[in-house]
Order: sequence, then C-alpha cells, then structure tokens
Amino acid sequence: MRGLHQEFLIYLLMSLVIKNLTANIGDQQILKGVNLEVPKGEVHAIMGKNGSGKSTLAKIMAGHPDYTVTGGEVLMDGENLFDMEEPDERARAGLFLAFQYPMEIPGVTIANFIRAAVQARLPEGEELEATDYYANLYAKMDALKIPRAFTSRSVNEGFSGGEKKRCEILQMAMLEPKYAVLDETDSGLDIDALKIVSDGVNALRSPDRGFLVITHYQRLLNYIVPDKVHVMVDGRIAMTGDKDLALELEAKGYDWVTEGELATA
Amino acid sequence: MNPETPTTDGLQFTPSPVWPDWFRSAQQDAWNEYLATPAPTRKDETWRYANIKALDLSAFRNAPPIASEGKLINASTGLEAIAAKLVFGNNALVHSQTDGLPAGVVVQPLDVAARENEALFRQYFLSQPVELGSHKYALLHKALLSGGVLVHVPANVEVALPIELYHWVEGANSSVFPHTLIVLGDNAKVTVVDHFKSADGAPAFACGINDFHLGRGAKLDYVAIQDWSADTLAFHINSTVCDRDSSSTALVANLGGRHIRGESFSKLAGEGSRSVMLSINPLDGERHVDQRTLQDHAAPNATSDLLYRNSLDDKSQAIFSGLIRVEPGSKQTDAYQKVENLVLSEDAVAHSMPGLQILNDDVRCTHGATSGGISQDELFYMQARGIRPDLGRRLVVAGFFHSLLERLDNETLRARVAALVNARLGVE
Ligand SMILES: Nc1ncnc2c1ncn2[C@@H]1O[C@H](COP(=O)(O)OP(=O)(O)OP(=O)(O)O)[C@@H](O)[C@H]1O
Ligand SMILES: [Mg+2]
Repeated sequence: MRGLHQEFLIYLLMSLVIKNLTANIGDQQILKGVNLEVPKGEVHAIMGKNGSGKSTLAKIMAGHPDYTVTGGEVLMDGENLFDMEEPDERARAGLFLAFQYPMEIPGVTIANFIRAAVQARLPEGEELEATDYYANLYAKMDALKIPRAFTSRSVNEGFSGGEKKRCEILQMAMLEPKYAVLDETDSGLDIDALKIVSDGVNALRSPDRGFLVITHYQRLLNYIVPDKVHVMVDGRIAMTGDKDLALELEAKGYDWVTEGELATA
Repeated sequence: MNPETPTTDGLQFTPSPVWPDWFRSAQQDAWNEYLATPAPTRKDETWRYANIKALDLSAFRNAPPIASEGKLINASTGLEAIAAKLVFGNNALVHSQTDGLPAGVVVQPLDVAARENEALFRQYFLSQPVELGSHKYALLHKALLSGGVLVHVPANVEVALPIELYHWVEGANSSVFPHTLIVLGDNAKVTVVDHFKSADGAPAFACGINDFHLGRGAKLDYVAIQDWSADTLAFHINSTVCDRDSSSTALVANLGGRHIRGESFSKLAGEGSRSVMLSINPLDGERHVDQRTLQDHAAPNATSDLLYRNSLDDKSQAIFSGLIRVEPGSKQTDAYQKVENLVLSEDAVAHSMPGLQILNDDVRCTHGATSGGISQDELFYMQARGIRPDLGRRLVVAGFFHSLLERLDNETLRARVAALVNARLGVE
C-alpha cells in the first residue's frame, strides 16, 4: 500500500495532470471534462476537429482571462495551476504555451521581449548579464535558422506565419519550461521549416520536460514522435492511443472516433 | 482669480541690458501689447477644451541668476559626439562649446546675434505670425526674452554631428523664455536637439519659441526633449517654414511638465518641400498636454506628415486639435495627420480634433484620431512568457513610442530618445 502510494506521489510530482477539467466562455461550456496526464520526458499529441476545444484547453492552462474554469484541476508537478492567479505566475512556474496565433507587439523588439521574460525568472535584484544573454539568444536563433537581424524587429510584427512559429520555439528554447504546450506550431511552416522547428523541439526533449503538441497533421508526428496521441471531441478526450492512432485518423477522419465512443457508451 | 486681488502678474518688465537699444524698445512695445491683449477663453476656437485656469501666471517671477552653474553644466550631457553645445541657466548662457562646427556655421546667443548678425536676426526673428492661440504669450516671450540661440548654417554646408542646446530652469516659480532660431541656407543640413530641464524639480514657468527657416533643398532634423519638472506650466510655440525641396523632421517628446501647451505650425512654402511633425506624450498623474497644429500647404507637390502619440494614465489629459490647410494653387499635395491615444486609465481624457480645409481637388489627404487601450490578448501573450502585467503594460507603452521614433533617421539620436522614454516609463 505504502509503496503504491509513494509511487503515485512521485508520479504526480513528475507530470502534468489534467483532471475533469470543465470550462466555459460566457454561458457556453467548451471543455466538458478533460482528463489527461503527461509525464515528464514524454511527448503527447492532441488531435481533433476544428472547434473541438484544443486551443481552449491550452489557453485555460496558461490562464487566459476570457475563460471560466467551472470544475476540475490542472496539476503541474503536483502544484495546482489554478492556485496561481496570473498567467505570468504559471509561466514562471514552468509552463509554456506556443500560441496558435502569436500576438504582434509593435515597438518591442524580440531581443528586449525575450530578455524581459528571462529577467522575470531571476531573483529580485539580480540582473541578467547582457553578453551571456545575447550569446545564448544568437546560438538558439542560429539553430532555428532565424536571421540575427530579427533581434531588432518588433515582436511578430510583419512576420510571416512561419517566422512567427519559429519565434515561438525560440522563446521556448530560451525559457526552458518544464511543460510546453505547442498549439499548431506546425501550421504555416514550409517543409524545411517543419524540419527545423521539429529539430528544435526534439533538442529540448529531456527527462525533465513534457510536451503537449496540438496538431492537425500526422506529418509533424513523423518528426516529433509522440508517446501518446489523444483525440479531442467536443471538449473531451474521446480516445487515446500510440503514434499509430495519428495514421489511423489521417486515413479515416474523425467521425469514427465519435461513433466508436457512442458504441462503447 | 479673486477679483479683489490685483491682476498684475508676478512677472515684471525689466529690459535686459544684453540687447541693443532698438530691440529693447521693441520689447517695451511687446510688453505693452501683452498687457493689452486679453487672456484666452474657452470660447476661442483655438482654446476649445483647454484648461484656462492652469494658465494663471500670478505665482511666477522673473528668474534670478542661477546658483549651481557648475552642476548644471556637468548635467548637460546627452549625445557622445556633438558639433556644438550651448547651456543656458535661467535664460543666461553659462556654457558654450562650438569648436566642432564647420567654418561659417553660427551657433550663438540671440543677443550676440542681434549685434553680429543683425540683418539675419531682423529677417527671421519672430517673423512668423502666431496663429494657433498663444499670440499673447508670444508677446510675453518677446518682451522678457534674454537668452535663446541662433543656429545659422550657410548654403551648402552640412553639419554632420548634432548640435545640443540645454535650457535649465532653477528656483521656485522661476520663469524662462527659451528660444531656438534655426536658419538654414540652400542645401544646408543640420541636426539640433533642444533639452528643456529643471535643475531642482521646483514649480516653474516656461514660455519657449522655436522658429525654423529652411532654404531650398535644406534638411533639418530637430528633436525637443521637454523634461521640465512635474510642476511646470509651459508653452512651446513652433513654426517651421520650408522652402522648395527642403525637408524638416521635428519630434517633440513631452516627458515632463504639469501643463503643456504646444503649438506647431508648418508652412510648406516651396514646391516639393516636406515637413514631418512628430510628438510623443507619455502622460500620467494629472498631467495635461494641449497641442494645436497647422499644416499649411502654400505650394504644390509638398508633403506634410503629422503623427502624435499620447499614452494616458491616471487622470491625465491630452488635447489635440490639428488643421491641414491646402491653398488653392497647391496641386499634388500629400498631407497626413494622425493622433493616436493609448488610454491606460478610465479617468484619463483625450480630446482629438483632426481637421481639413482643402481649397483644391488635387490632393492626397488623410487625417484621423484613434483611441484604444492595451489589448487583453497582447498582455496575455506577454504574461504567458512570465512577464508581470505591470511591466508588460509599460513595455507596450514604450513600444508604442519606440515605433514612432523609427521615423528619426539618426540612429544615435533615436536610441537616445528611446532610452529617455524607457527611463520615463521605468522600463529596463
Ligand atoms: N472568445 C470566444 N467566444 C466565443 N466562442 C469561443 C471563443 N473562444 C473559443 N470559442 C469557441 O470554443 C470552441 C473551441 O474553440 P478552440 O479554439 O478551442 O478550438 P480548436 O480545437 O483549437 O480548433 P482549431 O482546430 O480550429 O484551432 C469553438 O466552437 C469556438 O468558436
Ligand atoms: Mg486551435
């Protein structure tokens, strides 16, 4: 009994656990009881139809103010995310969200933006060393094949779709989160960029980090091979399988998932 | 004001011995006219929405000589590489460094200019009418003027490095009358930076005028960094006259002051000329900036481009009233006018009144005003990166101004102004 309990505790302290999460926007329920566990070191994919609630799940975890959590919880290494009021607290605690639609921030350069984010993680009074910071930034930009000139461009302003997504991964690489949720980071990428971005993600895979990858395309999962694939249907995880589930979805579409679910219900 | 108390200002007419006699008698005339001119009221078109009460000058006095000359000179450091620097404290010249100027370029106090360059002085000094409301205060300026600078760049001379001018005010309720007169010969080029600063944070009154005259093909880059104390009432009245093919870019950064009245008049007098009018106004507390502008197209094929940005926090207020006037013969005019308010508080107030008066049909004109807050999604994005919301907001405000600064060609100057804006907003 005790052994089991301990094992469970360790597991809890090493995973991102979503339990019975329900959430609304206004009066409309969007998440209808999401259950999901991503242990550290694993990559899980979420697939699902447009409007099924994937981005909603991602934004709720990050703390977007538009949504109301009506039930359930999200534990990050045992810590309840919803005990942290502000999105920035959750981010500093180790959660990262790569946005499906990254925001433009006119007049704030990439370099200053990421620096502010890195600086925010340092203890009060400690100043980020500029030389180290730029060395690190440039190394990661080089790896993602982002031209160095981008450091002085305003965040996402006038970026192509693919450039935006690459910059999301750059930010992730700089911030070294415990858990990263990537919301359609592959959409808008050309074939080469898909490879570069995937390499970037794979380079960050580690026993200390978990990934939740939202995608519509099985192709991404050839590069970032997932440990599990979940299918979201109407605000719930309707099916979970291994990486081959993505192939099956590609071949058969989504409707059979719902039908299967109805059959087993 | 209580009708029982005498209405004479604390300011006295004491003609300065620095001037030649002919100018002193002109000052006496200006003083008399100042006294005879009625104060503005909100019924005047050019004073709509204005806070007239804030214009009470009774507390102010003629400035005494400054006490901390050395300290002010040491604090007058901005750009690293400059062509010249003049420092004024309470209207008096306290420091002059002009050895980096090319031959023929004049940077001198106006009283010296009135003697040594009398013809130029008589031709250009206050040669433009003050039509945007502050006629009375321009008279006061003229009457009490004792400092001020003439920058004269002769034809075909280019001053590569910027000229910096510092105007300090010191002592409670002191009054200063900064004046920057820039005259550029044909194809002359120069960059001038005016710094308006308080030595001690005390309440003060400033009534400044700057007049720019650009000869054919001349190029002026001008930046004013207004950093008066948070308890200063200031008038800043500008006119810019552009001759054929000349180009002026002028930025006013209102970082300080309690109540600022700004008037800016650009006259596109020559064909193919261009005037870019920029202003950034980070406002908070109960600060009030009231700006009136006129883009006067008196020649064909000219361009004027005005962009003013205000951020309004707390109970601050911004008034903008602008007019583009295109005269009948001014074919192929390009005129733009835009004011953008970033509203950060429900108690802040912005009145924006863009306007057009077009007397021919061959023009491209846009004008408009926008007001909005920081978007929730923008802030969420920053927070999702771990940036605290308070800093996130300030970064967005700083970015709002930085993206306007991109209009400045001179990179060092742009970086300098950006750093001052950051310091003002507590970013970095
Ligand atoms: N701000 C909002 N107001 C109203 N409805 C919303 C809002 N945000 C999301 N929704 C609705 O919630 C549902 C789930 O949206 P969500 O963005 O989570 O879907 P998704 O699974 O990410 O879809 P996609 O694959 O197209 O990105 C949709 O029906 C959407 O219209
Ligand atoms: Mg989505």
